[in-house]
Amino acid sequence: METGTSLPGRGWPAPRWLVVGLPYAWLLAFFLLPFLIVLRIALSDTARALPPYAPHWTGWAEVWGFLQALDLESFATLIADTLYLDAYLSSLRLAATATLVALLIAFPLAYSMASAPRRWQPALLILVILPFWTSFLIRVYAWMAILRPEGVLDALLRGLGIIDEPLGLMNTETAVLIGMVYSYLPFMVLPIYTSLERLDRSLLEAAADLGATPFRRFISIVIPLARPGIYAGCFLVFIPAIGEFVIPDLLGGPETLMIGKVLWTEFFSNRDWPLASAVAILLLLILAVPLFAYQHFARKEAP
Amino acid sequence: MNRLRAPHLLALVFGIAFLYLPILVLVLYSFNASRLVTVWGGFSTRWYAALLQNQALLDAAWLSLKVALVSASLATILGLLSALALARFGRFAGRTLFAGMIAAPLVMPEVITGLALLLLFVGLDAERGFWTVTIAHVTLTACFATIVIQARLVMLDRSLEEAAQDLGATPLRVFLAITLPMIAPAILAGWLLAFTLSLDDLVLASFTSGPGSTTLPMRIYSSVRLGVTPEINAASTLIIALVATVVVLASLLIKRDALSRT
Repeated sequence: METGTSLPGRGWPAPRWLVVGLPYAWLLAFFLLPFLIVLRIALSDTARALPPYAPHWTGWAEVWGFLQALDLESFATLIADTLYLDAYLSSLRLAATATLVALLIAFPLAYSMASAPRRWQPALLILVILPFWTSFLIRVYAWMAILRPEGVLDALLRGLGIIDEPLGLMNTETAVLIGMVYSYLPFMVLPIYTSLERLDRSLLEAAADLGATPFRRFISIVIPLARPGIYAGCFLVFIPAIGEFVIPDLLGGPETLMIGKVLWTEFFSNRDWPLASAVAILLLLILAVPLFAYQHFARKEAP
Repeated sequence: MNRLRAPHLLALVFGIAFLYLPILVLVLYSFNASRLVTVWGGFSTRWYAALLQNQALLDAAWLSLKVALVSASLATILGLLSALALARFGRFAGRTLFAGMIAAPLVMPEVITGLALLLLFVGLDAERGFWTVTIAHVTLTACFATIVIQARLVMLDRSLEEAAQDLGATPLRVFLAITLPMIAPAILAGWLLAFTLSLDDLVLASFTSGPGSTTLPMRIYSSVRLGVTPEINAASTLIIALVATVVVLASLLIKRDALSRT
């Protein structure tokens, strides 16, 4: 932060409190408050009514009464029924696998982008970013057309004489993985590219002059310098992949368990709002682990 | 040193092909005359014509466009204010909570944000529809706009602003004449990002919309669940073309702007 002589605060165009206050109030009202309500409803009784949960919104006066009536039933259900634990675990597993595969595809791509002639780089960057701007839903849908039985991939491989039977990839975990890797690939490429782009080429040349093999140069120079980008990329893929709903719903099958989809089903199909809220709270707690891990790594990397 | 070697070229071609082939397949089959998705029945634009007859889809597209325009504009205003607060105000009471709330929606699963907002709207007994979806989108996209604008503000050379102030310009004058033009590309980029995110959002809209207000992604999602249809291919192709045009134009504008500066 700048200090001393700079402008901030003194006689700002809009009063200072307004500049901070407006977005602050918005976030308090539409971000923080809703989470307190989720927590409250997670601790309420399920009721077959509309809205399908017992206590109504009656203001803060009731806070004490609410604290006395806390109900851990929904959380007990989450622990008792293995469906939820399985869903959490398989979300973590699928997200971790997708992150690893995305890293394996993204690193060579990012490294090649950074090694390309300078004047190509802006165009390559736009090429990688453009799919990210294109509708997420449409990109997942595109894979439905490719992976479905008798779809584009089956037709292509059959035409080439590689397979006789349909691959049957649609509605499997493999399809979900492909969808996640595809959708989140730009998030992995961009931070790695950013850290490699700044790589000082003279370091590599110096290492080569000193007799380091290409492999050695890669391991001792490129990887350590790319590490902040790799951490950031893994974080940007892993976190959204855990809570993903659209991809497992469209590409996954009935046996594909992911927690985002479970939450959706509890809410929209089973109309069990307290249980859906409890799933959300536990998902947040689980996400806190990689968040803190990332902060820890990022701080360690900071010069 | 700066020549591209074969393995690099291969990685580039493979990576870019992986990113684009699925989209190309979709575009190609939107011009397929046959209803069967994998059988090529010749070139045809019949699905585009069918699209114009699909009133439900057109209504949804119109609603999505309105939501995206309003929410992106509100989000950019809030984003600009938050970016100024974070980049220029130094420490202020509650800054940590503020910065946390700006960063949180970026990593929060959309199912959770959507659920939380719906529970708020139900609690407030608000009628669900255009405004609830718009509020949800502003909450999500304002954070993205903040990050984009803040990044530009932090990189800005402060000497121009200080010079103007030393010459007696009022803070308002400094802001309007110097700061705002210098961060204009970031404001545009933030708006575009907010606009496309809103246009694309399925999850938040599904939670916060009411019976009469179905957005385009919700409409697409409900027909896509039943399988691949050529009509949706055509709709997707139009959306892709629109987004690609806007993004390429915007990046050219920003590039020209950057060149004229140096």
